[in-house]
Amino acid sequence: MAARITTDDVAHVARLARLELTDEELVLYTEQLAGILAHADDVASLDTAGVPATAHPLPLQNVLRDDVVRPSIDRDEVLAAAPAVEDRRFRVPAILGEAP
Amino acid sequence: MSLDDWQLVVGLEVHAELATNTKIFCGCANSFGDEPNTNVCPVCLGLPGSLPVLNRSAVEFAARLGMALECTVQPSVFHRKNYFYPDMPKDYQVSQYDLPINADGTLELPDGSVVGIERAHLEEDTGKTTHMGGGGRIHDAAYSLVDYNRAGVPLVEIVSRPDIRTPEQAQAYATELRAILAATGVSDAKMEEGSMRVDANVSMHKPGEPYGTRCEIKNLNSVRSLGRAIRYEMERQVQLLESGERIVQETRHWDEDAGRTRPGRSKEQAEDYRYFQEPDLVPVAPDDEWLASIRAAMPMLPAARRTRLAAQTGGDVDVALVVERGLDDLVLEAIAAGGDPGRLLVHASNNLSAGAGELSARPFAELSKLEATGALTATQAKTVLAELVTAGGDPAAIAATRGFEAMGDDALAAAVDAAIAADPEAWEKFKAGDRKVTGFFVGLVMKTTKGKADGKAVTALLDARAQS
Repeated sequence: MAARITTDDVAHVARLARLELTDEELVLYTEQLAGILAHADDVASLDTAGVPATAHPLPLQNVLRDDVVRPSIDRDEVLAAAPAVEDRRFRVPAILGEAP
Repeated sequence: MSLDDWQLVVGLEVHAELATNTKIFCGCANSFGDEPNTNVCPVCLGLPGSLPVLNRSAVEFAARLGMALECTVQPSVFHRKNYFYPDMPKDYQVSQYDLPINADGTLELPDGSVVGIERAHLEEDTGKTTHMGGGGRIHDAAYSLVDYNRAGVPLVEIVSRPDIRTPEQAQAYATELRAILAATGVSDAKMEEGSMRVDANVSMHKPGEPYGTRCEIKNLNSVRSLGRAIRYEMERQVQLLESGERIVQETRHWDEDAGRTRPGRSKEQAEDYRYFQEPDLVPVAPDDEWLASIRAAMPMLPAARRTRLAAQTGGDVDVALVVERGLDDLVLEAIAAGGDPGRLLVHASNNLSAGAGELSARPFAELSKLEATGALTATQAKTVLAELVTAGGDPAAIAATRGFEAMGDDALAAAVDAAIAADPEAWEKFKAGDRKVTGFFVGLVMKTTKGKADGKAVTALLDARAQS
């Protein structure tokens, strides 16, 4: 069977997740992820023709709350947890590129 | 370069903030313009261990909009859209992906053309970032400040099919969608406040050939900007194509002051959001009973309201504006109370703003009757109307207080004759058929009667005198 996942795939996903991996880690995680995908193949080989698709492991839907305002938390407390604050807002490094 | 050889194709993505009391997944207030970072909690800040719970009203508003757009309202699930950008503290945005709440609808425009709606799904808004240093430009900014009040505010994203063929049609689509959002109460849909945001996917191709590569235009803050940006983009793309270059698929930002688009997101950042199902939220599947109650609460839509008003007033020029301002019910009630339809429509489109203040249907009807019978001139009626809007009251009493007595026929005739006598030379020109001097005589009569004369009556008298 052709490799389901390559070190290039893992390097790409790692970059998207902002993870810095060594070459050894890349090889290790590629092997481990290949094992996970192989297990998924095993599951996919089962005959599920008569089984309805489920969107969630819990047999629940329409878990809702009423549209009623509840108190927010204290701003000073929130901002105290931030590494940098300016003018009542979170201060973050400049980021090149645009928000989606 | 000739645009005539090319066909424009546009699809629009419209984000509208829902008019709920609270955010989509937590009880923080959904409120514009509050002190920064005061409407925040562990859920919308993405603190570990917090869990989202879906807002029932957000589902109802989304379904209501879906019904207004003739969509199928269907069972849906939420996904995480993963990206690193400080406008979302969680590093993902909860949205809907392959199973949106609304799918496959249509929007009919006033000119009768129909634009397909691919989907209208629920998602959460992001926080507001302000770029500091470098003149506020993102690429030159030294750092950014973030306010999370908007993070988690419920949105619907309405995605049209690429059915739009002219800049004017794109503008008509945005205008009609805005009217529907406002009329259904789903959103206040204010483009200038950002509660309705329009992105345009624009491409050019030669008729008979496949669609061209598209660019996504963002930062369109008005319907006017939308039209300008599409026109600019048409020329830019055709210029490139005719010089043998290729269009790069990219996001471009509209610069209103410069009147041009500029490339946005950096090239290296390929779009790869790794959508996966949000494990903390279960599917939402409104049952028939719930959907029926949402449908029962659906107000009349703008298209039907325009037709209804035009049928009563006979006018269709001002009808759209009056419906957009929500004044059609007032006009219809005033007509039912015996008011003059034409004059009511003119006042509603020219002299009233949304809300109409203290003005109610009966005095509005009375005012139009006083005007129709000639007891008040158009100018006087406008003054009385302004007072009715600020303080209410009885039009006839207000007119009397202000000394707006009906001008007797004799007094009017005397004023007209005096004006004729004042400038025999101009009068000869008028008699010879030079209607350019009409305004001169009307103005003279207005001056001597202190504005009490009715302009139309003066013109009629002048005509009568010229023929006798």
